[in-house]
Formats: sequence, C-alpha cells, structure tokens
Amino acid sequence: MSDPDDRAPVEATTLDGNAMAGDLRELFAVDVTAARYKCAGCGHADAVATLMLWGAPTGRVARCPHCSDVVLRVVRAPDRVFLDLHGCVRLEVPLADS
Amino acid sequence: MAIISRGFGGRRRESVPGLPPGQYLTHDFPVLSAGPTPRIPLDRWRFTIQTETGESTSWNWDEFTALPAEDYTVDIHCVTKWSKLGTTWRGVSLDTLMENVESAADYTMVHSFGGYTTNVPMEDLLDGKAWIAYKFDGEDLAPEHGGPARLVVPHLYFWKSAKWVNGIQLMNEDEPGFWEAAGYHMYGDPWLEQRYQGD
Repeated sequence: MSDPDDRAPVEATTLDGNAMAGDLRELFAVDVTAARYKCAGCGHADAVATLMLWGAPTGRVARCPHCSDVVLRVVRAPDRVFLDLHGCVRLEVPLADS
Repeated sequence: MAIISRGFGGRRRESVPGLPPGQYLTHDFPVLSAGPTPRIPLDRWRFTIQTETGESTSWNWDEFTALPAEDYTVDIHCVTKWSKLGTTWRGVSLDTLMENVESAADYTMVHSFGGYTTNVPMEDLLDGKAWIAYKFDGEDLAPEHGGPARLVVPHLYFWKSAKWVNGIQLMNEDEPGFWEAAGYHMYGDPWLEQRYQGD
C-alpha cells in the first residue's frame, strides 16, 4: 500500500485546461455523431447518431434507444453552448487517420 | 426637420402590461417536451412530499382531488420567449399540501413521472404562489400539457412548472434539476430574464 506522501510533487499536475487544447481539438473537430457513447443508465453502447433526439426549443435532449435515459444534452444560449454529458459514461471517438 | 415615426406597427412589446422583457404574446399553448409523454393511469397516480428527514406524506388520485381546490387565473412565461396571459387553472395550493408537513427546508426538488426534475426554493411554493393543477381552461389537464397533474408556479419561467408531477423532495441545500444541470438558471425569474446560468 502506497503512502500518500510518496505521490509525485503537486507541481507536476498544476496545469490548467489549456494543456488539454490539443486533445480536445482532436476530439471535437471530428463528427461526434460517429463517436460511440456508453449509456450511464444501462451500459448500452452505440453510435451517437443512433440516439433518440428530442428537439425541445429549450435544448436538444438525446436519449438512449435502449433504456430512454438521457445520454447528452445541448443547450444553446445566445452567447454560449452548454454540453451536458451526465448520462454518458464514455465517448469513443474514431480517429481519421487510424 | 426630420420626423421619426414608429408607424402603425402596433404597441411596443414592453408596453403590454404583464409581459416580462424579451417575451412575446401567444394565444396558443405550445408544447415543449424533453422526452416521451408519460401516460399515467389515475389508479397508479400518486403524489408524495418527502421532507429533509425522510418523512413522507402522499395522496392517491381520489385523496388528492378530494382536497380543497382553487380556481385561479395567472400569466405564464416560457423561457423560449412566449408568454400567455390570463390562463385559468384548477388545482390544490401547495399551502394546503404543506399544511401538515413538518419541515425547515429552504429548497425543494420537484419530481415527475418520466424522470424530469426541477429545483424551486421552498418560499416560492408557499403563500399562494404555487399549485398542483389538474384542470386547464375548465377541462382535465391533457397529457401533453402535463396531465393528470402538473406544478404551476407562474412567477418563474415555465420550465419550473413541472409536467406529470409526482412528488416534491424538501432539501436543506439547493441542487440543479434537469434543465438547470444543462445550463439553465437555478432560479428563473422572467422579470430579470434569468434564462441561463450567469444571467
């Protein structure tokens, strides 16, 4: 069992979100509808494109076709977009050049 | 001399009494849904208030509709910018439902059949400000508008007036509900245009 004091110095992990820019650009510059989601409710996994979409003017609600739980939500404000992934355990995004 | 005229385009929006900023009047009753419409047989309907200590008080349909009800007329304002003035409802006031419930909670989470939730401060449900409605415009509340029964809390944006309501959980701390967790405002005052987080 490792002693908490044996962990790497805190300085090694004090990066802000900018350090993820490359990773996120790679993820979100692709067509996310081709990505595979895993539903947090039932574990069902399939392409985002297969989710059942409810396009209420308040926001888009994408539900799992297997258990109907909400997998992801997109809310558009005039100056912002909110992406809520509460119901998604994982997104698996295929890379273009692999 | 330049003469600037607004022409005959009708009254400016903000001059309509009862219309909050950024809203337009509608005479329809638009339906907004974030999922399938639950169809709840009345013999399976139940409404439960659970306090912060875990005590529950609940009513079945017959018990609920035997409670003293009120007919009331209110203006409703949807965050998607439509407002409907002078809507008529029949329902049970939250004051009546809370009469024998012992609680010191400041916050509530409203729950619905189908899994929808929304948070409303306790004080916004009391003193004649909120009802569980089961009739609209003299008719039984239609499923697409939240029937058999929905919360109506008209002084907040209408996403707070949960359709297909089945319970209220009383809480010591505020928590976001369905739309609030996805970016909508925690309180939702239409007169302050509290649409999204940070507004």
